[in-house]
Amino acid sequence: MSFREVVRFALRGLSANKLRSALTMLGILIGVASVILLVAVGNGSAKAVSDRIEALGTNTITVMSTNRGGSSNTSLTTEIADALTDPTMAPDVASVSPVVSSSATITYEGTDHDVSTFVGTTTDWFKASNTPVGEGAGFSADDVAQGRRVVVIGETVAEELFPGVDPIDKQVTVSGALFTVVGVLAEKSSTGNQDSNDTAIAPLNAVRQVLSGYGALSSILVEAKDPDKVDLVQSEVSTILDQRLTTTASSTSSNSTPYRIQNASQLLETQTATADTFTTLLGAVAAISLLVGGIGITNIMLVTVTERTREIGIRKALGAPRRVILNQFLIEATLLSVIGGALGVAAALIGSNFEIVGVRPVIVPSSVGLALGVSIAIGLFFGGLPASRAARLRPIDALRYE
Amino acid sequence: MTRPVIEVRDLQKIYGEGEATVHALAGVSLVVERGDYVAIMGSSGSGKSTLMNILGALDVPTHGTYHLDGVDVSKLGDRQLALARNRLIGFIFQSFNLIPRTTAVANVELPLAYAGVKPRERRRRALAALSVVGLDDRAKHEPNQLSGGQQQRVAVARALVTEPALLLADEPTGNLDSRSTEDVLNVFDDLSAAGRTIVIITHEDEVGARAKRLVRLVDGRIVQDTRQSPLNQRPVGAFAGRHTA
Repeated sequence: MSFREVVRFALRGLSANKLRSALTMLGILIGVASVILLVAVGNGSAKAVSDRIEALGTNTITVMSTNRGGSSNTSLTTEIADALTDPTMAPDVASVSPVVSSSATITYEGTDHDVSTFVGTTTDWFKASNTPVGEGAGFSADDVAQGRRVVVIGETVAEELFPGVDPIDKQVTVSGALFTVVGVLAEKSSTGNQDSNDTAIAPLNAVRQVLSGYGALSSILVEAKDPDKVDLVQSEVSTILDQRLTTTASSTSSNSTPYRIQNASQLLETQTATADTFTTLLGAVAAISLLVGGIGITNIMLVTVTERTREIGIRKALGAPRRVILNQFLIEATLLSVIGGALGVAAALIGSNFEIVGVRPVIVPSSVGLALGVSIAIGLFFGGLPASRAARLRPIDALRYE
Repeated sequence: MTRPVIEVRDLQKIYGEGEATVHALAGVSLVVERGDYVAIMGSSGSGKSTLMNILGALDVPTHGTYHLDGVDVSKLGDRQLALARNRLIGFIFQSFNLIPRTTAVANVELPLAYAGVKPRERRRRALAALSVVGLDDRAKHEPNQLSGGQQQRVAVARALVTEPALLLADEPTGNLDSRSTEDVLNVFDDLSAAGRTIVIITHEDEVGARAKRLVRLVDGRIVQDTRQSPLNQRPVGAFAGRHTA
């Protein structure tokens, strides 16, 4: 009795009850598709997060002050920013961009637009923060030195203020001061709730003069010469900062340093770990539905065995060995799960072309293999009980069964 | 002389334990030679179904020996019993027992499939067996498209197809009208004339009368064993006994 023959018997058995077989397959289909798809969604969101962080620039660190508006010797100043460019103490620093930022209202010919982040910085910032200028040009080092009132606006700002008009060389008003638009930033992929295109960049001193005043800096963006040297730069920067920002061993913030360093690559690792947990959780929930599908197979196969007890008796009387009966029912169960699984993979592949809850799913190839493998295993495992029950039937009992 | 097809010695089958024991068979001894056509008769509860199950290798006796075509069946395990059923015995049941939703020819092929015969050879032999019972034009019909008599003839073809040493029929005409009964019994007569060994279990006198040898069973014992026509001739019932019963 060849294997092909047994498969043909099994197929005939399945096609005898098409609706029932189809519904059982649907259970496995949903299980497999949800495993693949949910893992893909988890993976997709992890990828979105890491893309977002990479967009910030993985070879940079951001220094921020922990106590805003506190005593002047613990706040970040331009002197501290300049000190970070020290080639002997910080040899791996490529550039340092002091940053002040605030929100502001930009006005052009009577149209107002509130910019969530109006950034004052230096020319290096564009490269370090991975924010290229699309149209026009960034401002020059000379502009920064002179504190010229020029501004580079984000895509959203350009659309709001200059619908259908070329914004370059137009004059806008920010807090009563006139700024000349010199460029528009290239569109950035918007992530999360915050519109990263709703921004405007101007020379540091111009912003300080007009908006923020000459107080502390919001942050300092430090670019490393090489992405591998980010951690090195971080320690160099902290050494310098520890010297400069003398913590008056005070009672308030006891041991903690007066500054905080945000390291993009560290952030990336943390976020990836979080996303992995999320993905595992989603996969586990989906695996439960796969398990339920498997129990559906057991249920249906038990019904089938009971229904076909007489047929089993006939086959045994005609000389079918126990093993052939076992194989026939095992293969029926496995076919159910394999066909259901294959359709599930197809459904998942189709489903992954659509955006799900705002996330573009990214299929993990191993999850496809795993889900298929598990569905085959489920067929064998959950089909095993009914199949062995069929094989154990005594032919006279089975023949007498009505 | 060749070895007998069936050689049963002091066969006993006991159901239940202690007080509730039932001796379905209380020491049956029987020898059936090759080419014989035996009818085993008895009322219900006489043990004929139990005897049929044991002769058919579907069940094992509690006591006694059973040699089927020289093989001691009472000592076989599950696997060898399946093999013995497949190679040595052709079954014909009262309720036909064809596999539903499966064509006549596929039903006839089934025992050959379990015997490991190649598909092409299988198809050839199945069609040949169907033509023996006169149903070659119904090969592609499914059981529910066939009459009772036709279904039973398909079952006979299925029993024949492996060329078994023994054809074992359990009340083969029990579910048939008189016309279909005649058809099926004629097939048995032809098979017997062709040298097949046939054992029929029945309670119909009309069927028993056509066999070459009649065995009566009462309370698990053989009470009568009559030869109605010689072993090497066409069964008497085929000509004369048809209207006697």
